[in-house]
Formats: sequence, structure tokens, C-alpha cells
Amino acid sequence: MELFFKLAGMALFVLMLPIFYRLIAGPNAMDRILAVNVIGTKTTVLLVIIGMIFARVGMFVDFALAYALLNFIGSLAAARYYHQDRLRQERGAS
Amino acid sequence: MYRVLVFLILMLTWMILSGHFDAFHLIMGAVCSGIVTWLSSDLLFEDRSLSLRTRLRQLARIASYFVWLLGQVVLANIYTLKLALSPGGLDEVAPRVVTFRTHLKSDFAKYLLAQSITLTPGTVTVKIVGDEFHIHAISKVAADGLDGSMEGWIKHIFEPEASAR
Amino acid sequence: MIILQITGAILVILGLVFFLGAAVGVVRFPDFYSRMHAAGKGDTLSTILMLLGIVCFLIADVPWAAVIHGDFSLLVEPILTSIKVLMIALLIMVTSPTSTHALMQAGYDSGIKPHLSEADDDSTPSDEETPTP
Repeated sequence: MELFFKLAGMALFVLMLPIFYRLIAGPNAMDRILAVNVIGTKTTVLLVIIGMIFARVGMFVDFALAYALLNFIGSLAAARYYHQDRLRQERGAS
Repeated sequence: MYRVLVFLILMLTWMILSGHFDAFHLIMGAVCSGIVTWLSSDLLFEDRSLSLRTRLRQLARIASYFVWLLGQVVLANIYTLKLALSPGGLDEVAPRVVTFRTHLKSDFAKYLLAQSITLTPGTVTVKIVGDEFHIHAISKVAADGLDGSMEGWIKHIFEPEASAR
Repeated sequence: MIILQITGAILVILGLVFFLGAAVGVVRFPDFYSRMHAAGKGDTLSTILMLLGIVCFLIADVPWAAVIHGDFSLLVEPILTSIKVLMIALLIMVTSPTSTHALMQAGYDSGIKPHLSEADDDSTPSDEETPTP
């Protein structure tokens, strides 16, 4: 069972690599925020899987919960910052 | 009455997250939940005039709605998988923005509608301005799938007497 | 208990398959909004499926032989952990469409042009494209 979770964690990481490509090559900032959001959600799952490998899920699930909350707040804050920044630029230009 | 409900929800969350059931932790949880209830108990429920019986009926309807929504999420993912992985899938991608008006009144109902639109196949809510929903559909099939059935469901949850007639 | 473990393994693998769809979609789709489709949907369902599979493994791991003999204190910690994992799944299900919506709105308002198809332009929406619910 530990082998299964090691394989699952590795597969999850390998599947995160295309999203890293989007993070590096994304044409503009919104694409990068999107990639960070997806990677953050998957990191939550990866934390729980690491907990299963070490047989200490009770400890790692708290980290995962906090990380999920932080990821949500972070992407909301990034979206709002980008939104307001663009509005301020338009107001300054006009 | 709603204050008691908020307090009980917070206390249950505390007990699940702490995992200790001795007197010290329980008293600390009660004090913290009490302070949070006292400061911000008006954030959780929107319309305080409804009775608890109506709330329970709404909760049961929302639960059955969530089961239907889970099926829709699976369909949406199979559709995305088909578009992304099949070689001719990218030809089917023809994005468009669709606008429609809703008749839902409360903010929570609008939020639920927007979330369901995001989770159903091929459509994502872009923007809500007052009553207007701007929706981004990924293909023509997805834009045609946007009929009023979902709004009927949500209307049935929150305004049952209005949808009956 | 082997049945629960097999169910959990199937759920985790299904989650990985749906995440493969999301990852390929994020790379292949033509514009920001289409990528958001793949990210928002594939992310939600694959996370929920993998967490449900992990819950199956957690329940299968409980030493049921001791519990049946009356030692219920062994049951407390796995149940609390399972509830926490389910809480993460519910949280993701509520927050992931919300952040998708926030990012879409920020992109739309900041003027990222959607890659509209040439055949039917958005500026002149015909009647059958505008549903009236």
C-alpha cells in the first residue's frame, strides 16, 4: 500500500510538470496566477498522500487544510490586486 | 435563535479540529466560539425572518441538488477530457460569450447558480452585473446546453411557492 | 477490507486520469478562458476523487478486529482524520469555482481578449444563441 501511494505521489508530481510549463511560459500574468492556483490545489492532495506514506495522516491533514485555505485566499487576493491595479492604471491614463 | 445555531456550528468545528475532549480544551473552545459568535454572528445567514423548519427544508433540497451537481461535474470532466485528449478535439473549441438575465433575487441563490454554471459541462461564469450573467462557453454544444433547467432547480430550492404556479 | 482498499485505489487512479485531462487542457487550449475551463473543472473533480480514495484507505486501516472486541478508543482518531479529509474535499468543492470565477472576472475586466471563433462573432449574437431562461 505504501508503494501504491509512492507511485500515486510521483504520478501527481509528473502531471504537475505541464502546469509548471504554463507557469513559466504563460503569455500574461493571469495565466501564471491560474497555474499557481492549480498547483496549490494539487499540493493539498500531495500533502495528504505524503501523510499516508509516513503513516502520520493526522498530522499532515492539518497542514493540508491550512494550505487549502491559504491557496484560496491567495488566488482571490492576486485576482483582486490585478483587477484594481489595471483599473488604477486606466484612471491614471485618462 | 440563529446565534445559538452559529455557536453550535463553530463549537462542532472546534471539536473536530482539536481532537481533544478534556475539560480544558472544551472550555477554551466554548470561550473562543462565544467571542466569535458575539462579534460576527450576523455574517452567516442572510435572511433571519425564515423559521427553522423552512431552513431545514431548504437544507434537504440543497443536499439533493448537490447529488445532481456531482453527476454534472463528472459529465463536465469527461467532456473536458474528450476535448483535451482527442486529436480532433481542438477543432470543436469555439469559445463565445453568452449573456442572459436571471430572475433570482437573493445573493446566495445567484452565487449557487453561478457555481453550478461553472461546474456544468463547457460553461464558466465570467461576470455578474446585477441580474445579468456573462457566461463563457467553450463550444457551440455547451452554449446550447444552457437552458433554464438549472435556474428552475434553484428557484425550487429558495422560492418554492413562486415556482409552483 | 480488501474491497475498500480496491475502491480507494480506483478512486485515486480516476482522480489522476481526470487531472491528466486538466493538465493537457491547460497546455493545449488556445486562450486564457479556455484554459480556465480545464483548470477549474478538472481540478475540482480530481481533488475530490483522490481525497475520497484516501478516506477509503483510512477506514480500511482501522484495526477492526480490536474494535469488534470492544476497544472503541481506537476508532476516534481515524474518524476525526476522515472527517478532516472530507472537510478539505468540501472546502475545495466550494472554493475552487469561486476562485475560477474571480480570476475570470479579473481577466475579463483587465481586457484580455477572448479567442472568439470567426464563424459566429460575439458582437452580433443571433437569437438561438441567447438562451432566455
